[in-house]
Amino acid sequence: MFLQLLVTGLVVGSIYALVALGFVLIYKASDCINFAQGEFLLVGAYVALALVVTYQVPFLPAVALTLCFAALLGVLVERLVLRPFIGEPVIAVIMATIGLSSLMRGIIQFIWGTDTRVFPPVFPQTPVQIGEVVVSQVYLWSLGLALLLLIIFALFFKFTITGIVMRAVADDQQAALSMGISVKRVFAITWAIAAVVAAVGGILLGNINGVNSSLAHLGLKVLPVAILGGLDSIPGAVIGGLIIGVLENLAGGYLDPIFGGGVKEVAPFVILVLILLIRPYGLFGKEIIERV
Amino acid sequence: MRLRFPFAMDCGLFTTSYEEDMAILFAPAAKLKVAAIIGCLLLFPLLVGPYYVSVANLMAIAVIGALGLNILVGFTGQISIGHGAFIGVGAYTVGVLTTKLGLSFWAALPLAGLAAAAVGALFGIPSLRLKGLYLAIATLAAQVIIEFTIIHWTSLTGGSAGIVLQPVSLGPYSLANDRVFYYFVLLLVIFAVVFTFNLFRSRVGRAFMAVRDRDIAASVMGINLLRYKVLAFALSSFYAGTAGALLAGYTRVITPENFTIDVSIQYLAMIIIGGLGSVLGSVYGAVFMMLLPIGLRALADFLGTFFPNIEHLLLAMQTALFGLIIILFLIFEPEGLAKLWKDVKNYFRLWPFSY
Repeated sequence: MFLQLLVTGLVVGSIYALVALGFVLIYKASDCINFAQGEFLLVGAYVALALVVTYQVPFLPAVALTLCFAALLGVLVERLVLRPFIGEPVIAVIMATIGLSSLMRGIIQFIWGTDTRVFPPVFPQTPVQIGEVVVSQVYLWSLGLALLLLIIFALFFKFTITGIVMRAVADDQQAALSMGISVKRVFAITWAIAAVVAAVGGILLGNINGVNSSLAHLGLKVLPVAILGGLDSIPGAVIGGLIIGVLENLAGGYLDPIFGGGVKEVAPFVILVLILLIRPYGLFGKEIIERV
Repeated sequence: MRLRFPFAMDCGLFTTSYEEDMAILFAPAAKLKVAAIIGCLLLFPLLVGPYYVSVANLMAIAVIGALGLNILVGFTGQISIGHGAFIGVGAYTVGVLTTKLGLSFWAALPLAGLAAAAVGALFGIPSLRLKGLYLAIATLAAQVIIEFTIIHWTSLTGGSAGIVLQPVSLGPYSLANDRVFYYFVLLLVIFAVVFTFNLFRSRVGRAFMAVRDRDIAASVMGINLLRYKVLAFALSSFYAGTAGALLAGYTRVITPENFTIDVSIQYLAMIIIGGLGSVLGSVYGAVFMMLLPIGLRALADFLGTFFPNIEHLLLAMQTALFGLIIILFLIFEPEGLAKLWKDVKNYFRLWPFSY
């Protein structure tokens, strides 16, 4: 049972890592957390679902279209909602993204209702046997895709001009401005990327569990991942995701019989409180937390 | 105090003693106004139907919760996304104490406040090391953990089935009667409002505001940050616990759904719409947020006669509207309804010289 839990944890963790990447990107570029990340996830999942089921678009083109849509949505949200808050206190930005999550959830529920919908089977259905562990193929695909995307982003940040510019803005907005970098454009790109990553996460999770509004709670569940890794560290998001995924599954597997279920939902947050008390900047974050 | 023109709110007044200088109700006209408002509030349940009395009761309970949250967020500058859970702690304390231990509601009510204050203070301890974003996340964790405890500690809380309470009575009057409950809760609201007003004229309240404005400077001036931050959490949660206890006593059914993160966000919306750092703003915000669904429903009923499907649309849009209103207020009027109301008053006071 341990191995099974471990492997499931790693797979789920890789998706967490992907979604946490969205948090980290936005935090790096603009020093705020997007509490609406879960809704971005949901939008991605629903749009892809609508394309595949209602409009009969084949899966891959549908995913590509969804990602374009997500990018547009990210830019739009940055322009309409977040831009007035540049330079405002953090409390206002947090509340704005909370308001945004409410707004998006309302619109999503209005358009797609609250029933669970399932993707038509995209990935092969036969489970794969690795040693003693049985894993369904959709998990493996998700793991592969998540890792692939994470590597692409790591390379993107390391080597492309845009990536370097984004890191510059993250480091010091004013210095970046004085070097002729358009911080606003970087913000727009950041939100677009964050929305895209969330959409990918949403599609993968939608394939695993079906799509309903509870998927949006995952956006909050990924917060502990981002905090554990350090809010401004991309490798942190990956490692944090894997750790939380594994811990959550182990906790669920071993403690559920004691507490009567649902431990999986709460375990990341217990870990979160502990991290915040012991090491608020996470495993790899910069230690810039002000202590008074 | 001398007065030249009795109907003027604030001109021709001068004070001759410290007590007069510190009075909340400065002008005689202001005293009249407050007396008139309280008179209207006292007459209100006698003039309207029972539905509106029950709405007013829920509104009054929300006012108490919003006042508490505003102490924490608006006055001390610490975000809490876990307030819904703190309200739940209060409600469940009453539920458990009255049903399991057979305590009377009147003994359980202050205990509920204290229990919530203890839990709030516990989750406020990280506030010494965490600020802003991180604190918000810590309180979010509090929300999730408390919710989990409520749902899964079935032997104590009844799990998702919840707890059903006995009707509460006050001597010969049953609080199950909406009108009697109205007067009881109105009394508490008035007390809470006056207490909060006075809190920010006191040493503790000023320390809260100093922590909000510049915590390092406050610390240099000898304010013990840990003590005041945790105290703000405890006090705020005490209000929340009281609100929860009243909710339990009033609705007599408590289930975990009443205390989800959506409730926390609703309360945050109240104080943002009402006005962060404004006592009366909390009242306006709570009233506004409780009227919003009723207004929407009325609109839906009205439009439903012309467009049969619009009712479904409007009710589904309620969540979206909450979010939209939060964002719009944050962008266009960060100081909320309290500021809007002040602007309106100033406009008429200064008319026609509005510059």
